[in-house]
Amino acid sequence: MANQENILEIRDLHKNFFIKGQKIEVLSGVNLNVKKGELVAIVGASGCGKSTLLKLITTLETISSGEILLDGEPVSGPSPKCSMIFQEARLFPWLSVQQNIEFVIPDSIPKSEKKELVEYYTRLVGLSEFTDAVPNQLSGGMQQRVSIARALATRPQLLLLDEPFGALDAFTRMTMQQEVLRIWEQDHTTMIIVTHDIDEAIFLSNRVVIMGKNPGVVRKIVPVELPFPRGRTDQEFLEIRGEIMKEFLQT
Amino acid sequence: MFKLNSPKNTRYNQILLAVAILFPVLVLLLWQFASTHGLVKASLVPPPLTIAKTFLSYIESGKLWKNLSVSFGRVACGYLIGAVCGVAAGFLMGLFKPVNAALSGIVSVLRPIPTIALIPIVILLVGIGFSSKVVIIAFGSFWPVLLNTIHGIQTVDNKLLEVAYTYRIPTMKTIFKIIVPSSIPAILTGLRLGMSNAWMSVVAAEMIASSTGIGYLITLSRETANARVMYMCVLVIGFIGLVIDKGLTRLERYYLAKTRGIIESR
Repeated sequence: MANQENILEIRDLHKNFFIKGQKIEVLSGVNLNVKKGELVAIVGASGCGKSTLLKLITTLETISSGEILLDGEPVSGPSPKCSMIFQEARLFPWLSVQQNIEFVIPDSIPKSEKKELVEYYTRLVGLSEFTDAVPNQLSGGMQQRVSIARALATRPQLLLLDEPFGALDAFTRMTMQQEVLRIWEQDHTTMIIVTHDIDEAIFLSNRVVIMGKNPGVVRKIVPVELPFPRGRTDQEFLEIRGEIMKEFLQT
Repeated sequence: MFKLNSPKNTRYNQILLAVAILFPVLVLLLWQFASTHGLVKASLVPPPLTIAKTFLSYIESGKLWKNLSVSFGRVACGYLIGAVCGVAAGFLMGLFKPVNAALSGIVSVLRPIPTIALIPIVILLVGIGFSSKVVIIAFGSFWPVLLNTIHGIQTVDNKLLEVAYTYRIPTMKTIFKIIVPSSIPAILTGLRLGMSNAWMSVVAAEMIASSTGIGYLITLSRETANARVMYMCVLVIGFIGLVIDKGLTRLERYYLAKTRGIIESR
């Protein structure tokens, strides 16, 4: 039975790839529930299938076996309830910031409402001054903000972030993490953020899901019950960090 | 040889520019000397100054412009047809795999045919009038437009298509708002190369079957053993080709800078 409180339920999920006829188990029996309004971080070494997991939720990849329920319904195609932010901003270089955001809003929504959505979300990510700029005129961090605004403008109930700040420098990355928290505090959109940065995972989540590889499984889920905003050098922060690190070092 | 472009190198760049100007001048001077002092036969290789005088007199008499304008008209018609067909066929082949499968065999046989080899067949089919030149020019300009259009469509960034997929963008919108705009740089390159080909094709077509045009002027001067005019025409053709190519390259860059904020330093 689907739980009303859960926006996402993943049950015994398996994903296999075949490379030259050889079967490779990328995910092997993953179970995970995500409550509405939750911030979940998924960490793991590269190759543990954490990005594949997000691709399965958005149906960019197909499930080998198991089930993914989004808001109680098995996913069967890209859902309007779910938006994805990729490592690269993936903006359309020939469209302005405003047009990039408008692009993904369904045409069934009236123009005036579209405009309001664009205005609201460009302001939310702090880019109201740049609505007419094209992506090439923006810095990497600003481009990623546009991509966040674009993802939110479709009013998703679940936001998937696939190593969203991996290509940014350390300082921009920290600013962006604070930005994401600020956005979450405003409208409490459920977020699943895949990252290989343990600090980012602790800074941004209610739970850190640790994945192991060969085959990809959920090894441990560490709750992070600290108030926001978190000090990256606080005692409790560092304790949780140590706990997660230990899990990684065991292999 | 491979120095980075630091301010220190502006002096080096100035020297390069000077070399780029002086060397051709030197070649012209040697040429002038060689043909006025009998090192080469002036009747076969006329000196550059004589060619320049011929050029001026042809401009004055209006003969050059009269023939050029005829050639330009043919190029415009042929290029228009070739480019439109090239873009259209390129889209069909790039977007639809069955169309590509059906046509790629024919394309790979027809494409390597030099335009000039086609002239007798075209004359046989449509006669020696205006339309034969137009067909030949269209044929010549068609290929680069076609191939670059196909390439542009097939190399659309898959990451953008993934974005379209996750946001449930309808197919038609994906084609016209993502695939088309992202193939525009490649199409522009194709259109530019097609223009160069069109200009080369008109000269070839006019040399074989025509009584007007810049190509015809060359044939006529050969028949009348008038080397000066021959050389003058060849150089004019070269310069016009250069101007067309540079002009279109500029347009291409301007467009990309304007619409996508790409400023390529050159």
